[in-house]
Amino acid sequence: MLRITGGRVYDPAHGLNGVVRDVCIDGGKIVEQVTGGRVIDAAGMIVFPGGVDVHTHVAGGALNFARAMTPENQRSAVPFLHKEKLRAGIGGPTPTTFATGYLYAGMGYTTVNEAAVPVLSAKHTHEELRDTPIVDKSMCILMANNEIMLDLLEAGEYERAKHVVGWMINAAKSYGVKAVNPGGVTAWKWGKNASKMNEVVTGYNSLTPAMIVGGLARICDDLGLPHPMHLHCNNLGAPGNIETTLETMKAVDGARCHMAHLQFHAYGGDEWETMRSESVTLANYFNTHPNFTADAGAVLFGNAVTITADGPWQHLLYQLTGRKWGNLDVENETGCGIVPYTYKGSNLVNAIQWAVGLELLLLIDDPWRIYLTTDHPNGACFWRYPEIIHMLMNADFRREQVKKLPAKAIQRTVIADLDREYSLFEIAIIISAGPARALGMKNKGHLGVGADADVTIYNQNPDGEMMFRYPRYVLKGGEVVVEEGDLKNSVEGRQFLVEPSFDPAIEEFLRPLFQQHYTMSFENYPVEMERVEHPEVMECSLE
Amino acid sequence: MITLTLKQPPTVPLEAESITPDLMVAASNAEIRALPVFHGKRQCRLDEYFDVDGDRSDQIVVRGDAAKVKWLGRGMTRGAIRVEGNAGMHLGAYMKGGAIEVTGSGSDWIGAEMKAGSIHVHGNVGGQIGAAYRGSLQGMRGGVIRVGGSAGLEIGMRMRRGLIIVEGKVRDFAGLQMKGGTICLMQGAELRTGAWMIRGTIISLAPIPLLPTFSHACDGHPVVLRLLAKKLAQLGLSLPFSEHDGLYRQYSGDFSVPGRGELFVWQPNAA
Repeated sequence: MLRITGGRVYDPAHGLNGVVRDVCIDGGKIVEQVTGGRVIDAAGMIVFPGGVDVHTHVAGGALNFARAMTPENQRSAVPFLHKEKLRAGIGGPTPTTFATGYLYAGMGYTTVNEAAVPVLSAKHTHEELRDTPIVDKSMCILMANNEIMLDLLEAGEYERAKHVVGWMINAAKSYGVKAVNPGGVTAWKWGKNASKMNEVVTGYNSLTPAMIVGGLARICDDLGLPHPMHLHCNNLGAPGNIETTLETMKAVDGARCHMAHLQFHAYGGDEWETMRSESVTLANYFNTHPNFTADAGAVLFGNAVTITADGPWQHLLYQLTGRKWGNLDVENETGCGIVPYTYKGSNLVNAIQWAVGLELLLLIDDPWRIYLTTDHPNGACFWRYPEIIHMLMNADFRREQVKKLPAKAIQRTVIADLDREYSLFEIAIIISAGPARALGMKNKGHLGVGADADVTIYNQNPDGEMMFRYPRYVLKGGEVVVEEGDLKNSVEGRQFLVEPSFDPAIEEFLRPLFQQHYTMSFENYPVEMERVEHPEVMECSLE
Repeated sequence: MITLTLKQPPTVPLEAESITPDLMVAASNAEIRALPVFHGKRQCRLDEYFDVDGDRSDQIVVRGDAAKVKWLGRGMTRGAIRVEGNAGMHLGAYMKGGAIEVTGSGSDWIGAEMKAGSIHVHGNVGGQIGAAYRGSLQGMRGGVIRVGGSAGLEIGMRMRRGLIIVEGKVRDFAGLQMKGGTICLMQGAELRTGAWMIRGTIISLAPIPLLPTFSHACDGHPVVLRLLAKKLAQLGLSLPFSEHDGLYRQYSGDFSVPGRGELFVWQPNAA
């Protein structure tokens, strides 16, 4: 039992905007009242619901390959020495599993959505998530280049495709569906890409990326998943890709859709030299189409490691930069590309990217629909979110940073003209309440009775970066894990899953396909529930 | 001057990055004795392994067979370390200044990623001298490494600037992925010298087998080698450069990258 008293509570889901009131906790949940138990005196402090990261890459085969590929990052990373209650680990852009949990918790984040998981290696992701302490987790499985599903969509067999997706979500013990470069990753198996929404995907006869986007979005809705299709659009990173993004949004055709790392998809121009920001165009369309949510995917200058299922894009990045490049193929399903990358303020393209991420956060009107992410570790490391928070809250500081950009970058963007400043209330939405709602996690992102007792308490500080980087207290499920700014305690998190209905007969359809096309036997493919640590099944809602 | 005498060679290697002039220049004898060294995973005091004489100096002498004492002079920026005996791996790694001299032999990773300073090992050394650690974009960025004996694999791997001179024979992959700087192979090298080199200069005073992706550019007596010879003369080394004695065959490569490195092979005049 625990009571937090005297703090200014920000609970946007219940309209609380810095109201001084107590927060009572019992049995890991927010309750109406408690008598007795510990009291945390939060007078003068800010109380937020725990942070929710809606899009990050922290666990699984791709991450582990990236860790192995970048020993130089491990050497210069912050080491986490083991203590009585804390396991050892290494920080850096691709932290090891225990360090990942500690880094998120240290920043006041308590729920994390691993955005891209191949079903074939879902077991690996589950292994790593079980070793990611403190935070609650969910994962999205990669489906938009799943060749079994693509064949069915091409053949017009929508119902069967839906059952395949339903079966896959169950088999992988996952929470949702990720679509990365629909058609492009399967084309990459032929050395090609799929950047045109209405062009037939290599290896197919009539299937286009637009058909995949529309079909998969509808499937996610029809399965009643709490989180809609989570989409990484075609043509990521390319100048002029605003056209692709808008076409994609039209192809979604009114279904729900969460657009990942929107920053990477908001460019105008026709080549690197003429690249410019099209955040205004994108924000206008986004603002007027409420079926979409998005996360920012903002970029910060410094070192990053790009890890994505978008294999062809990564090959291009390797050719552009000459940095080392890892490419993994996942049979029949997807792939992965890894390239360490450094964003430089002096580089015109990087400067524009930096501006675009902030522009989208400032131009999209409704904070309930745009969330703070950096597509970790692609755009910047997740523990740098506080830097972005500061720039959103303090226009003067932001303008100082803009002045440092190359003049051409300022001309090609609108960031210099934007005056909007986020309030604490709005920050609480984009780092917690909004992502929780987008993920359909009813007990996260708010401090109402019945919510999970994930609470972060900050010292008030005009420097937003300092404030959000060093929370005074962090509670996870009612347990104090960060106290006086130090990580003191570790708890185990849960993993959220969904079990959408599917026609069991689909297994008889899948079995011979596995026999013919997979190197893994059908029996070994699904993840056994025993492999999932503290699973919690959430409901699918069928209207 | 501070003298550290190894009491007995450690069985498991000792990690002794605390043995640097920077840490000892303002330290009392007692403070030096208490400096941490790692014996395997156990943190110990320096004086469990060394007798310590002297204090408050940036001139250090290490006596004894320190072949298993690693990281001597790591990151040092000033002063000198003289090892009267052998030295272990990572000698002078990341150093930024000062001088290290070893009368005996060295091991691998000498001067890895060093920025400035000088290292002179009289005996033989191992591999990855002046190199980049795994995954790093660059190896040594400055300074001089001189080896009196032979050297192992991948010396100067990914070096960016600086000078490496090996007076004895060198094994495979000298100058692997070199980005700049100069390597002098006084007795030549074995296979794949300059593999994947991007820029930089390798000079071999003995014939060496060349990769097929190196092309003969020209023969001559480049002025720059005359300047280098002057510099080496200060170290007591002699680099031929005169027409009277022979010529340098210049090769360009490694075209597989493609690179713009230069490889000079000395061809003495027929006697």
